[in-house]
Amino acid sequence: MINSHNSKAKIYWKKNIRIVLTLLTIWFFVSFGMGILWVDALDSFRFFGFKFGFWMAQQGSIFCFVILIFVYVYKMNKLDHQYDVDEVKDNFIPDDIYCPDKEPEE
Amino acid sequence: MDVQTLTYIFVSVTFAFYIGIAIWSRAGSTDDFYIAGNGVSPLANGMATAADWMSAASFISMAGIISFVGRDGSVYLMGWTGGYVLLALLLAPYLRKFGKYTVPDFVGDRYYSNVARVVAVVCVLFVSFTYVAGQMRGVGIVFSRFLEVEITTGVLIGMAIVFFYAVLGGMKGITYTQVAQYCVLIFAFLVPAIYISMLMTGKFVPQIGFGSTLADGSNIYLLDKLDQLSTDLGFSAYTEGNKSTIDIFFITAALMVGTAGLPHVIVRFFTVPRVRDARISAGYALFFIALLYTAAPAVASFARVNLINTVENAEYKKTPSWFKNWENTNLIAWVDKNQDGKIQYFTGKPFNGKPEFLDMRGSEGQRKIKNEPTGNTNELYIDRDIMVLANPEIAGLPNWVIALVAAGALAAALSTAAGLLLVISTSVSHDLLKKIFLKNISDRQELFFARLSAALAIVIAGYFGVYPPGFVAQVVAFAFGLAAASFFPVILMGIFSKRMNREGAISGMITGLFFTVSYIVYFKFINPSSNTPENWWFGISPEGIGTLGMLFNFIVSSVVSSITAPPPREIQSLVDDIRIPRGAGASYHHVKS
Repeated sequence: MINSHNSKAKIYWKKNIRIVLTLLTIWFFVSFGMGILWVDALDSFRFFGFKFGFWMAQQGSIFCFVILIFVYVYKMNKLDHQYDVDEVKDNFIPDDIYCPDKEPEE
Repeated sequence: MDVQTLTYIFVSVTFAFYIGIAIWSRAGSTDDFYIAGNGVSPLANGMATAADWMSAASFISMAGIISFVGRDGSVYLMGWTGGYVLLALLLAPYLRKFGKYTVPDFVGDRYYSNVARVVAVVCVLFVSFTYVAGQMRGVGIVFSRFLEVEITTGVLIGMAIVFFYAVLGGMKGITYTQVAQYCVLIFAFLVPAIYISMLMTGKFVPQIGFGSTLADGSNIYLLDKLDQLSTDLGFSAYTEGNKSTIDIFFITAALMVGTAGLPHVIVRFFTVPRVRDARISAGYALFFIALLYTAAPAVASFARVNLINTVENAEYKKTPSWFKNWENTNLIAWVDKNQDGKIQYFTGKPFNGKPEFLDMRGSEGQRKIKNEPTGNTNELYIDRDIMVLANPEIAGLPNWVIALVAAGALAAALSTAAGLLLVISTSVSHDLLKKIFLKNISDRQELFFARLSAALAIVIAGYFGVYPPGFVAQVVAFAFGLAAASFFPVILMGIFSKRMNREGAISGMITGLFFTVSYIVYFKFINPSSNTPENWWFGISPEGIGTLGMLFNFIVSSVVSSITAPPPREIQSLVDDIRIPRGAGASYHHVKS
């Protein structure tokens, strides 16, 4: 088991923060940026039948949010595996064997 | 078959289905009752979270509001989805690793303080009760319009159903009924959307139809047509905003952060087995939510075009039956100001306030109202809440689609109500009784108290549904503002800062709460007449003030914690521990340790 205080854990945490900050920057850019702050400027571009700013505010940003979470999941699972902190080796009991009424055996 | 018979069939079938699931998945222990024994698959949790989150407001009201305000409605679209990014990236995985039952549990343990725990419990109760009253009201409206029963009877039936599966099944029962409810509600929302999209634009996917040309051969884009119709009637163009940019910015942020801090949403991530499951189920949840949220603006614009085309300058006597049905439910009113027997629909209020109907009919057969008409030419009052429910009728869709929408609206309201009631009962039985007042009760007794408080909460919620306090609409701003200004900063700092201590967290929460509450109470209750942009701080409306409250919370908590003693060593290693996924599965079978 990894010791939380060692330097490997610190690097893992730093990389985690970097992933989160990068994705949140994009999150801010597509919603607050393109959907709110620069919406009027972007409206001068057409995107199919939409004004582009209007589309970002009402639909585009939501598509981006969904993609962002799935990218996060992919990156974090990879990072967890790389730093050996993932849960693959956890003694995980699947649903059909697990019986919540009984006290777990140590 | 007529709409009413079909609605009865659809509603009874779905209700029977929910009850069946509740019996199959009843809870045996407090683990089951609070967090479904950690045994929910991420996909099921994603669907359950989507149903839990999408309430009567999302299903019934949101598209209606957007339909009337156009681009400014984006605050709800972005605000109520963008919060999931924050939840997935900043909170859900770590709270799952922490592995306890509730948000107050995390606050109490991380800040080694029962004061912090109690402040958190008070916020949870306030936020949840505010919310649940609105759901019961939604149930009442659907019953009274589509099944033509009294609102009271409707609310009682709704209470009985929720009582059955929330009290019996706890989180486990709720989770699986929510999965079923998600399927019902998304089907009920998308079928009419697809239908109308086909009729109006010839496109099968409403999200695409939204940006396409009209199918009437005019080769004009739907949104351009809508802009033109709106400006012709004196409204501002549909695709342009009216609110100030700073207000839109702050409201969106408050809704996003509030969403991430809502206890009934957070608690859903305690139900999955592992940290990686918590992450992916946030992704599934947002995907399922996005199916409705990207269709909603399309539905809003279709409904707006149809509405204007149907009512503007139409003779009252020739209006379709839906118009008179909704008039009979008090949600539409018409005053024939120029006595020409036709409906003139323009910008501005036809009269002040909500219509008060007299027991009389006018010359055209319309219901007379007591309100004094205003000086403008607009003659029509339409409650925004009817847009989604009336949309299939306005577009002339078959009866079964109308009945389906009624069943979907009930699914949306009931699933959210159940999730909220569970959070309320858990806060009482677990956070207050087990952790503070009755520390020695057994698991079985605690389960009994959990069921008892769920039952009590349903009765209170039902009371608010039958006798809705006039302030329900106003206090919704509270729910998000409070969640944003209180929970979010405290939980976030609890994970990302090891230095954040008890003193900082409590003073931050109290500052955020006090500031937000006083701002909202001042503008909504004490001095409502001054609730205008000129009087707001920096032009921020009470709906968006939670964002500023959150910033104050961050500042005060950081300053206070930096001048007081750091948290004890065991708390610092607790933080180290929740930052690493491995070991969460262990709590899956060692939950009671």
